[in-house]
Amino acid sequence: MSQPSLQSPATQTAHLGPFSRFLKATEIDTRLLGMIGALLLIWIGFHLYGVLVNGFGAFLTPRNLWNLTVQTSSIGIMATGMVLVIVTRNIDLSVGSLLGFCAMIMGILQVWILPKYLGLGDPMIWGLTCLAGVALGTLIGAFHGWLIAYLTIPAFIVTLGGLLVWRGAAFLVARGETISPVDATFALLGGGPYGSIGATGSWLVCGLGCLVIIWMLVGGRRSRMQHAFPLRPMWAEYFLGLLGCGIVIAATLVVNAYPWPKGIVRQYAERNGITVPEEGLFISHGFAIPVLILLAVGICMSVLMSRTRFGRYVYAIGGNPDAAELSGINTRWMKVKIFALMGFLTGLSSVVASARLNSATNSLGTLDELYVIAAAVIGGTSLAGGVGTIYGAIIGALVMQSLQTGMVLIGFDAAIQNIVVGGVLVLAVYLDILYRRGTK
Amino acid sequence: MARTGTPLVELRDISISFGGIKAVDHVTVDLYPGEVVGLLGHNGAGKSTLIKCLSGAYKADAGEILINGKPVDINNPRDARAHNIETIYQTLALADNLDAASNLFLGRELVNSMGFVDDSSMEAETRKIMGRLNPNFRKFNVPVSALSGGQRQSVAIARAVYFNAKILIMDEPTAALGPHETQMVAELIQELKAQGLGIFLIEHDIHNVMKLCDRASVMKNGQLVGTVNVNEVTDEDILGMIILGKTPAQAA
Repeated sequence: MSQPSLQSPATQTAHLGPFSRFLKATEIDTRLLGMIGALLLIWIGFHLYGVLVNGFGAFLTPRNLWNLTVQTSSIGIMATGMVLVIVTRNIDLSVGSLLGFCAMIMGILQVWILPKYLGLGDPMIWGLTCLAGVALGTLIGAFHGWLIAYLTIPAFIVTLGGLLVWRGAAFLVARGETISPVDATFALLGGGPYGSIGATGSWLVCGLGCLVIIWMLVGGRRSRMQHAFPLRPMWAEYFLGLLGCGIVIAATLVVNAYPWPKGIVRQYAERNGITVPEEGLFISHGFAIPVLILLAVGICMSVLMSRTRFGRYVYAIGGNPDAAELSGINTRWMKVKIFALMGFLTGLSSVVASARLNSATNSLGTLDELYVIAAAVIGGTSLAGGVGTIYGAIIGALVMQSLQTGMVLIGFDAAIQNIVVGGVLVLAVYLDILYRRGTK
Repeated sequence: MARTGTPLVELRDISISFGGIKAVDHVTVDLYPGEVVGLLGHNGAGKSTLIKCLSGAYKADAGEILINGKPVDINNPRDARAHNIETIYQTLALADNLDAASNLFLGRELVNSMGFVDDSSMEAETRKIMGRLNPNFRKFNVPVSALSGGQRQSVAIARAVYFNAKILIMDEPTAALGPHETQMVAELIQELKAQGLGIFLIEHDIHNVMKLCDRASVMKNGQLVGTVNVNEVTDEDILGMIILGKTPAQAA
């Protein structure tokens, strides 16, 4: 009998009395805890490996962590959309190619077309370009959704077709040329020293984040009181508040501890007529703009999924498509909207990716679809549908990027990187299956 | 039971076929306010298919649906709900990954002034109605996949009665239930009837039919065998209609 395995979690919680009571009081999701634990394990593991083997731990440094967040942005933005696609029992294999195509169109627009009419470096260029890229992504996503929902072609086939079509289209529109450099303002959206908001800006973001956390805790408690639902004990509320604000403050300290490189400081000083003192000038990066975009997307998508009818319907369709239809949900139109949203996020991600690269190439985003799907799945999105969270997908993207960055830092070559990432993906899904079996 | 005036629902000459097989063949049934009409027949007789034309899950190939004497167009479940038609499906049609409140309000969520779903209010309302329907129900914060058959059934029933239905369709509501819960459903049907709802009840158990229904319409092979007043016939008569396809008059 396989039943005894079902018994063990219950008996374990009986042994772990104080800890499980702590989890119950704070209402912290154990799977979230597990993912963060895995992430910390990876970080500390790579750092220690560096210390012991190379004599220098490069992972847990402000510089690496800052780079890690920037590198996670592009995949993370798309992964939040992939959650919706997978929760509704679909898949989107075209996001990498679509990203490349959108980036190519934006490249052509901002380098070849708009400067002719507006003049080089016109402040309208970057805005128009972003708008065009995001609109294009949304339209193509909606088109995919229409093929899937109304012509009932399986999502796997439609987006597999899209994978080939949009990669080919990206090559055709510029005959394979690489378009570079992009508009100077546009390039800021990809991060870098100038594309970051500096120490003061970061502290403002930090303060705002802490306020939001406190506001959410207070609001949640009030709403529960209003309906006479059980409340968290006061110490648990304080603990959650301190933990949340602590994480935000720690993140701010880290990004502010990463200074601009000397060359950039000299260039900046010359341009602004500042004399650099002997010991050098410490100018903080602060949060990079693409990271802020990812955070904004993550917050909006979380609100969308947990607080709106749209999100509720996404989960309902994933849980039982027939029931959703019988409940009066227009499931076909929902699918179109979900794929349009995926396209929108892909367009946004292509802004970040091409700005970061400061160019548009037709190979941009190759294999991204697999990393995006992997990020969502590592983050706990079930391919069987109905289950998945936005924060999980973002942490999943961070786990994937941490693995890759870590392996680069300790000098693994690309082949081994692929083997490890592939293995981790399969292992993560297996652990997830075990977890679900245990909590059922 | 006096049946006067216009019927609440009239399904007139309904036909629907799937790939050449006539699942429902020119069937006419009606339903008056405050009445329970049983739909009987073997598995595959076409009862569920007929009723799905009314609930919007299927679209009839031919025939008319009249509500309060007016012809209406029901193309999907949204249209049916707009006419105050609520359905409890045999499969219950619950999203297993959502909790009771989310299922109860699925498609009709309560929203606050900012347009966000108001989970607290929905849970409070769910606690209220479940307190009336099934006072033993406690599992408000778990997905309905974790509930027992009877608990799931009570969620499905709560969903149908919460929104002030005028016409209720119940497809074998007691199939998954124990004796105590079956009794609960029987009492609920009496209560709803007294409130003036019309109820179509698809039911296999002949004793439940005799106990709960005012009239019974029997179907066989997609066709209507006949409609009888339950208090004028015996359970033998109805079984004869189901098995032999003969009306009591023919059988006598």
